[in-house]
Amino acid sequence: MKKSLARWGWLFTGPTLAAFIIGFIIPLVLGVYLSFTEFRTVTRSTWVGFDNYAKLIGDEIFLHSLWYTAAFAIVTTILINVFAFAIAYMLVKKFRGRNVFRSVFFMPNLIGGIVLGYIWLLLLNGILGFWARSITYDATYGFWGMVILMCWQQIGYMMVIYIAGLQSIPAELIEAAEMDGASRARSLRSVIIPLVMPSITVCTFLTITNGFKMFDQNLALTNGAPSRLSELLALNIFNTFYGRPGFEGVGQAKAVVFLLIVAVIALVQNRYARSKEAIA
Amino acid sequence: MNDKVRRPWLWTTIFTIIAIAYMFPIALVVINSFKNKVYIASEPFAFPTEDSFVGWANYLRGIELTDFLASAGWSFVITIGAAVLILAGTSMTAWWIVRMDNRFAKTLYTTFLFNLVVPFQMVMFTLSWLADYLGLNNPFGLWIIYLGFGAGLAVFIFTGFVKGIPYEIEEAATIDGCGPVRTFVLIVLPIMKPAVITVAILEVMWLWNDYLLPYLTLDLKNYKTIPIAVQYLRGGYGSVDMGAMMGVLVLALIPVIVFYFVSQKHIIKGVVVGAVKG
Repeated sequence: MKKSLARWGWLFTGPTLAAFIIGFIIPLVLGVYLSFTEFRTVTRSTWVGFDNYAKLIGDEIFLHSLWYTAAFAIVTTILINVFAFAIAYMLVKKFRGRNVFRSVFFMPNLIGGIVLGYIWLLLLNGILGFWARSITYDATYGFWGMVILMCWQQIGYMMVIYIAGLQSIPAELIEAAEMDGASRARSLRSVIIPLVMPSITVCTFLTITNGFKMFDQNLALTNGAPSRLSELLALNIFNTFYGRPGFEGVGQAKAVVFLLIVAVIALVQNRYARSKEAIA
Repeated sequence: MNDKVRRPWLWTTIFTIIAIAYMFPIALVVINSFKNKVYIASEPFAFPTEDSFVGWANYLRGIELTDFLASAGWSFVITIGAAVLILAGTSMTAWWIVRMDNRFAKTLYTTFLFNLVVPFQMVMFTLSWLADYLGLNNPFGLWIIYLGFGAGLAVFIFTGFVKGIPYEIEEAATIDGCGPVRTFVLIVLPIMKPAVITVAILEVMWLWNDYLLPYLTLDLKNYKTIPIAVQYLRGGYGSVDMGAMMGVLVLALIPVIVFYFVSQKHIIKGVVVGAVKG
């Protein structure tokens, strides 16, 4: 079997691998290389070593977007997970209409980031209009505007994952806790939350990486205004590439830093999930 | 965990209110799509009146300004084509990786996993150059690019699934004289159907809404997708024609809502499976 499988390897892996090399491997390798060069187009570049990376340290807009993004990712991670868990906790209980409610909460997930951004631009500017302001009045407005948008979009997604986690808990365990005299709060803290820990890990990871990677909603809602102060990392990189000729190398260096941040988060999550599995 | 609550009617009421509030942003867009753009800015929360009502004018102007119908067509072509190609390509590859299980297969798998981590900004500049250079800057070329950049998640979910398929079934097929190709098409693929549906859902949700990759790689003079068409309404100085925008937003929402109603069960299941694997 294996022998003939090896013989047919070109057919099974060939198409995917060829596309993977074009769509991922070459751009990635080239991208890492170009982050050490100065270039306008991919084919004309001069080696400058770590110059591009050194420039990042003095780039105040970049440093601002870095902590702005980190704050955004942390705030959204906490809010989304708390709300999603609370909603899921209620929607596994029996009362009329819970399936409809689940559908409603999940729906915004299917809407693309650009469309979402403009939907919320209308609503948020409408509300802020009462005070004669708009979403781009201040970077703080943009921040909370994007937080609200992100919550609206993702709570339903995480809710679905939490519901699956909650439903996998055997009813006997909770009954046993109640028989032993545990209050609702106590059985939530000591039985339910430990048992849905795998879901919590997954959702935390998803929300934090989504927070770091957010681009479309940022572009549509604030486009970085006012004066690039509401730029998240991904938009900052985009504007460095396409907004300022001569800074492509710096943009590519930023992208490498971005990749490293996301990779570290993924590694930590993976470690953490594995160590949990080992205990369980 | 399916316990009862003490006052079910109370919870039904509370959640009905929350759910209505949750849908309010979408309702607001629909209401405003029938209003003159001056009134959208000044009184966004008012229903259309005799003065502000403009009928279908916003829709017609939006369609005209953004070339919306052609964009929707290309969105369909790109999404369906790329999804089919990803499903066909990666299901084969994933099965081969699991069954071969040699050093090459393992290296390949690790590289695909790495693809899951890399943000698009890392490759966007070089990828859009390469797409231009190879003449892949059209909807059909995008199929290939999507197969490449989107392979990671699909391979990951498929390999996880294939590992659970008992090898004996395929062995029996081999003894009966089936080669690897026939074994895969006739035996393995039908067993993989649930995973295929999951991956199809996740990929379609991504492909349909993706903005940056097609924006950077497509030749925009000839091709747009729906997200590109929507973003196109933001003018050069950041000004937005909110009238046309409302019309286009409603049009962009219609296919999404139809898709949701038709395949809701699969979508929810896909999300759960995708998350547990991810």
